[in-house]
Parts: sequence; structure tokens; C-alpha cells
Amino acid sequence: MSNRKTLYDKLWDDHVVRTEEDGTALLYIDRHLVHEVTSPQAFEGLRMAGREPWRTGSIVAVPDHNVPTTDRSEGITDPVAKLQVETLDNNCKEFGLTEFDMSDQRQGIVHVIGPEQGATLPGMTVVCGDSHTSTHGAFGALAFGIGTSEVEHVLATQCLMQNKSLNMLVSVDGQVHPGVTAKDIVLAIIGEIGTAGGTGYAIEFGGDAIRALSMEGRMTVCNMAIEAGARAGMVAVDQTTIDYVKGRPYSPTGDNMEKAEAYWSTLHSDDNAKFDKLVHIDAAEIKPQVTWGTSPEMVVDIDSSVPDPEAVSDKVKADGMRKALAYMGLEAGMPISDIAVDKVFIGSCTNSRIEDLREAAAIAHGRQVSDHVKLAMVVPGSGLVKKQAEEEGLDKIFIDAGFEWREPGCSMCLAMNADRLEPGERCASTSNRNFEGRQGQGGRTHLVSPAMAAAAAINGHFTNINELS
Amino acid sequence: MQKFNKHSGIVAPLDRPNVDTDAIIPKQFLKSIKRSGFGPNAFDDWRYLDEGGPDIDNASRRPNPDFVLNQQPFDKATILLARENFGCGSSREHAVWALDDFGFRAVIAPSFADIFFNNSFKNGLLPIALQASVVDDLFKRVSDNNGLELTIDLAAQTVSCGDELIASFEIDEFRKHCMLNGLDDIALTLQHADEIKAYEANRKQSAPWLF
Ligand code: SF4
Repeated sequence: MSNRKTLYDKLWDDHVVRTEEDGTALLYIDRHLVHEVTSPQAFEGLRMAGREPWRTGSIVAVPDHNVPTTDRSEGITDPVAKLQVETLDNNCKEFGLTEFDMSDQRQGIVHVIGPEQGATLPGMTVVCGDSHTSTHGAFGALAFGIGTSEVEHVLATQCLMQNKSLNMLVSVDGQVHPGVTAKDIVLAIIGEIGTAGGTGYAIEFGGDAIRALSMEGRMTVCNMAIEAGARAGMVAVDQTTIDYVKGRPYSPTGDNMEKAEAYWSTLHSDDNAKFDKLVHIDAAEIKPQVTWGTSPEMVVDIDSSVPDPEAVSDKVKADGMRKALAYMGLEAGMPISDIAVDKVFIGSCTNSRIEDLREAAAIAHGRQVSDHVKLAMVVPGSGLVKKQAEEEGLDKIFIDAGFEWREPGCSMCLAMNADRLEPGERCASTSNRNFEGRQGQGGRTHLVSPAMAAAAAINGHFTNINELS
Repeated sequence: MQKFNKHSGIVAPLDRPNVDTDAIIPKQFLKSIKRSGFGPNAFDDWRYLDEGGPDIDNASRRPNPDFVLNQQPFDKATILLARENFGCGSSREHAVWALDDFGFRAVIAPSFADIFFNNSFKNGLLPIALQASVVDDLFKRVSDNNGLELTIDLAAQTVSCGDELIASFEIDEFRKHCMLNGLDDIALTLQHADEIKAYEANRKQSAPWLF
């Protein structure tokens, strides 16, 4: 039947203010998250045009990319970074916006604190000048990253001009084996469909293996939808979603909560809704994943070897693989478990929530970081995640094992602050991008789950965690 | 926004798929609170042999002679030719600002990442998606003739080489209109302020917890 809608169709239809003849729609934005890197030019543009933010209550701002993860009592030493963070503070003051500044315990990575505060709710449109805004789709929300001009557009009008994407369903059917996490699921999906596989689509993640995930796990999966080329990833609302949302500072209460729950319970694709593309993945086939190259689609099982470009017939692809191998300093055919790491980074908006830290701590418990590893660091996603982890004693487990326990922020995910790789250094990282130079110029990044990162730290090389746990 | 009508210029071949925005403008330059001045650091890691930063004078650095944009005549190129999924990764509009500041007016590739694609239109940089086989042919032409010039006609939606039509391209009517006229899309949206307010009033009734 033609009126059967996907989750994306429903979210879209509920936010259209008007549609142009060519189908371009003016879409209303419920929540606007702001950080220091992509907003200064937008506020400046607003000021220069003599405009005001349309709805200040929709905005939550936080500095995260540039903040130090070491002792903050001295402030930021890098003057350029300092100016950027102060510019955010000043803009928030000038326009009367809510900001969790560097001294606030609620400060953290923008994609961690939105959900943590209940500022991300099912059924919302959520935007942020950051591609990993797709994370918030885990709540049955339409969430996507925007550029700075669009940040200014949302500030000024509360709306965005958008063209509707196509619908894709990625269904992960069955159950995963022990030791296989949300990160492995999403890396396996990207390995399957490719980094451009989702371009032009909004992806809904479904299937038993996705339903079985906690909200943290769903956020990890949706976070990396952008790495599959999709601007938005989402998961239907269920009891897991509602249980997570309840009681958070920005969540509705009383009558409003009842009303909201009734609405939220409609936020799933109708039976037999039409998807433009369907992808099925067998959960039982997924093993712990490790990327070997400079694009998230360059990913294999922990039990396999570095692939050989000679075996690939597509010339452009084989060339890309050769460039990646040269950059990564790897030989085709080398077993993944023989790759030794110099540094380990557990953090980022993909994997810095409490569940991620618990997974890593379970591996680190009672063990020692290998002597060959120069630095293993754990960077919680927010001040509140840090606090909870400390209440659970996870900090002690990490510190006893030889990990550094840091203050929250983006940290070595993109190395805008002092946390970075030196040229040629190799890192097991729980972040989302293994691009050239992402974690520091000349640095080599392998993307893995938190448990796999901890295992690499302990053994000094990649290891199937099932051999450790 | 800069208007885009017709443009002719030299084509620089960047023969890579998945050129990401981290590569177009590395993170250390994102600390700037300005919109301009990114051109000298476009493709910084590929363009220079030594490390750069916001407080490092580029004149004192060693350019990488193997990088295409350091070679003549490509240092004067205004059209960039690349492989699929151009502009993937981070949403940083700084990538578009850097390309624009370098002097590029258009990028031709078989496909673009969505956010980069959007950001380009906001800055008068025209992203043109052409079939992979056409792009492949353009790479061959440039390698046979360094300094090859193409002409892009937005109104006619064509790419040509001299009198020879290479390809037509698709573009949304609305975007084309904005780009041809250099329109500020915030002002356009604000013309519908009443409709936005009406939507809000409605939504406050049906979903009061959102306000
Ligand atoms: S943690 Fe990394 S990916 Fe996430 S918002 Fe920060 S820099 Fe971006």
C-alpha cells in the first residue's frame, strides 16, 4: 500500500514546513548542537547580517575538539585553540545560549552529551556542524551533519533547505557471537557496502542484532553511517530507547512524557514499507574487525591477512589499495595479528560511553599494557561518563594496567589538541576515521572496538579478544 | 555568495578516489575563526614535505615537487578533476573555503559526498558529477595535454573543451537558480518566516515537549 512509510519518511514528513516545485523542502530543526570548530564563522555571519538566533532554546553548545585532556586548571596553552574556545563562550553569552563550558562537569563530546542530557529525543530533527551527528539517529531521530553555512542558516531560520534522500534498510539478522560488538557490526557493514555505498541514502539499521544492542551500541552504529556515505543513520524506537531517555534533564515529564511516548511508539517503519535498497547481513558471520588501510571500508576480520591489490581487477581500486599499503607501511599477505602497535586510543564519539569503557576495562582487568606500547590512553566521552566510570572503579583498572586516564574531549580522534601520533606511529583506535594524517601527520590508524583496542594494548599487537577473555 | 555563470580554466588532475576533507584541509588549520586564508594550506600534507601549522610561514616550507598542484600549469588551475566519492569525511566547510581560496571554481568527479556537495553550493564552488567513463576520458586528455582548458556553462549545464561538448550535467533547479544569481539563501528562507511560525505553532500543540 502506498501510504506505508519508512521511519525516515515519517520523520521527514513531520518536519516539512514547505516544499518547492523541484521537491526541495524547507525542513524544521528541533535541536541544534554547536561546537567551537564549525560555528565561529556562522555566528560572525549572523552578526554581520544583523540577524538573531531564531530559537535560542533549541541550541546546546559545548567545546570538545580543542580542549586539553590533561589537567585543565591552567586552561588551554595553544593560543589559537584558546581563541576558538573563547569565541564559542563569548558567542553563547552574547546570544544567550546554553553552553557546557570547559569547567562544567557536563562538558564532553557533543555527540555524547546530547543523548546523555536527553537533549536528543526520538522524533526530533537534530543537526550539528559535524558529520557524526548521524549518531543521534539511534534514538529514532533524523540527525545529520551540516556545514558552517548551514549552521548559520539554522541559527537564523530554524530550518534547512533539503532534498530528500532515498531509503536504505541495512538488516543485521540473527545473533552475533560473543566478543563481537556494535563497532564490529558497523565496520562489517561498511566493509560490505563501501564508504560511498550509502551516498544519497538515509540508512535505517534493523534486524535482531541491532534490536539486541543497547543505546550505546546503537549510537556506535549510527555514528559511522557517515563512514558508509550516508548523512543520516537511524534505528526505530523501542522500549530500549524509551528506558534510556526517561528521567534525563531535558526529557519530558508527566503528561508530556505520556504524550511523547504515544508518539514515539509510532516511530518505526511500517510493515512492508518500501525501501529503495535492502542490505542483509548475517550477524553470525561477523568477527572482530580491524581496518588495514586509509578508508574505513578497508577492513577485514582479525583472523585474516592484509589484502593483496594484485588480486583486484578494478584499476582505480587496486591503485587506492597500493597507496594505502604504502602509507600504512604494511605488506599484502601479512596476518593482521602480526601487526604491532605503538599507541592505543580508547575514546571518540564512536566509543567513549560507559559501556565502551566497561568493555575495554573487562579486557584490561588484572593485565598490563605491553612494554612495546608507548602510550595507551582512555578518554571518556563526557565529564559524567568519567564520573560514572570512576564510581564503578574502571579508572583504577585502567591506571593499574598502565593506561592513562584523561579528561573528556575529542582528543586523538582528530588530534587537534596535544594528543596525536608522530609520523610513522601506528595506533589501535576506537575512533571512526583512519584517513591519512587523521591522528597526526604521518600517523597510521587502525579502527577497532574498545575491547580489541584494549587487547592490542595488552599484547602489543592485534589479537582476537576471544583469546584473552 | 559568488555568482557562477560561465567559467573556463585549466584542469588539475588529482587521480585518487575518496579524497577526504581531512586531506583537503588538515585539522590544525580548523582552529581559525575566519572564513578566508585557507588556500595556501589546501592539501597541506600532500603539498609540502615538512609539517605545517597555523603559525608556520608557508614560504619557509619545502613544497612537494611530485604533488600536482605544485606543478605548472596546474598551480594556476581553476577546475579540479578527481575520482569517486570526493569530499568524504568531516563536514568541515573549511575544505570548500580552501579550494575556493586556492582559486578553484569547480570540481569534476564521478561522485561526491553529500555534505561536501551541499557546502560547495553555499560558496559558489560548482561540484559536477559526470559518469566515471567520462571522468576517465578527461584524465586521459589532461595527461596528453597538460594545460587543457575546459569551459563550464551552468545555464546550459554543459562541460565543453573548445567547441567540443564533453558532457551535460544534472543540477537541481533551485541550486542552479541560487548559484546563477549569487543568492543568499538565508534571506530566501526568511521570506517564508510566516510559514515557519505557523509550523511552530502547530507543532507546539502536537509535541509540546519539543519547546
Ligand atoms: S570524537 Fe572525533 S569524530 Fe567525534 S566529534 Fe570529535 S573529532 Fe569528530
